[in-house]
Amino acid sequence: MMRAHLRARWLAAAVFGLGAAGRADVLPEDRTDVLYHRYEGGGLTVQGPSVLVRKKFGDSFSASYQYYEDLISSASIDVVSQASTYKEKRTQHNLNLDYLHGSTLYSAGFIYSDEPDYKSNTGFFSISQSMFGDLTTISFGYTQGWDRVGEVDKGVFQKWVGNADHRNWSLGMSQVLTRNLLLGLNFETDESDGYLQNPYRGVRFVDPFSAKGYSFGPAVAPSTRTGSAGALQLKYYLPWHAAVDGNYRLYSDTWGILANTVKIGYTQPLFTDWTLEATARYYWQRHASFYSDLYPFEDSQNFTSRDRELAQFHSLSLGLGGSWEFHPGWPHWVDKGTLNFNFNRLHIDYQDFHNNLIPSLVPGDEPLYTLDANVMQFFISFWY
Amino acid sequence: MSKVVSCKMASPVLLGALLLGSMLLGGCSPIEPWVKPYEREHLADPIMSFDRNPISNSYLDHVFEVREGAHGATGSVGGGCGCN
Repeated sequence: MMRAHLRARWLAAAVFGLGAAGRADVLPEDRTDVLYHRYEGGGLTVQGPSVLVRKKFGDSFSASYQYYEDLISSASIDVVSQASTYKEKRTQHNLNLDYLHGSTLYSAGFIYSDEPDYKSNTGFFSISQSMFGDLTTISFGYTQGWDRVGEVDKGVFQKWVGNADHRNWSLGMSQVLTRNLLLGLNFETDESDGYLQNPYRGVRFVDPFSAKGYSFGPAVAPSTRTGSAGALQLKYYLPWHAAVDGNYRLYSDTWGILANTVKIGYTQPLFTDWTLEATARYYWQRHASFYSDLYPFEDSQNFTSRDRELAQFHSLSLGLGGSWEFHPGWPHWVDKGTLNFNFNRLHIDYQDFHNNLIPSLVPGDEPLYTLDANVMQFFISFWY
Repeated sequence: MSKVVSCKMASPVLLGALLLGSMLLGGCSPIEPWVKPYEREHLADPIMSFDRNPISNSYLDHVFEVREGAHGATGSVGGGCGCN
């Protein structure tokens, strides 16, 4: 039985290391971060390390390298429904180069991700320009990705089932509005073509000849997808040495998904070496036009999917974080360090994805599925 | 009569030309920063960074994006399946 490998996803790209409010007249700071992450919820555990190293070379060049690892142990509802539990490992390598010339920052990089049934190569380029007395920074980026999708059964590779190509264009602006207020704007559009579905996930349809009243069959997703996202960020410095920020994002794509994301955050330094953070994030999305939890019969329409990520749902995430700054005397080239801890509690309420693991007399009358997860990060950072 | 008509017709054209000219000339003059460099102490504080901990932010973006239909416009970049 095949594993319920989650939907292949190439993460849309913007500008690595340059958020909406990044500056184009300075190179990124020299720093090293070592992180341990752990996600646990819905029968799935993902944990692993990540390391990020950034270093300047002269006044004009900077390079960074990041290693990221996921150790996955899954017994999620998708796995239990249609496959068997599995364990696997994913590794990712990011390489980024920056070149500063006057008030213009050029960046280029490459990302390679590897797991037994999915290989991904991504290249990107961006350019940022500061203007108007460094009150405004404009950035533009282009990213292209090439993915190869395969199937693994009981730990043994079976075959490659398809390729997927991705292109992404991003435009960003940061603006100093007042001496206490920053504005960030981001816009992205991307297009994908090829094999854009999860080879392990099937669709559910009514089957009067089955004891449960339903059966699973293969899913068929469109081979093209185009989406756009626009985001607005504001950050305000409060008089008692604290900061509050807000973020809104609107997303829509040709699969019919429409999504709204709202995020607020509060940052409070305490004493001389502590910083505390609190965040709240709300997300809502409309389902893809061809999605259904239960189709009336097999092959009832040309495109079909029962991926939870394409269902209609809303989610709430609450986060708390703390950071302690220290100044080690050794080695002498280290200026400062921080010890950091972040915890997020994630709750998702699906509105048209039912928990088919709970028996029901009538298919489709099962209770709606909900997901609760804990997301933890512990990391140490050094500046030099 | 014809002079009056031509003046009336010329007015919007003249106004448009003046407006365009002033915009072009305005574009040549430097914009005075309304927040002076010595007034940016608060903005330079690390707590005002949108991306204070990039390794942490990119990880959280990854956690959300593999579970949601929407993606992008967060400032993160990644690759691969993210099968979790």
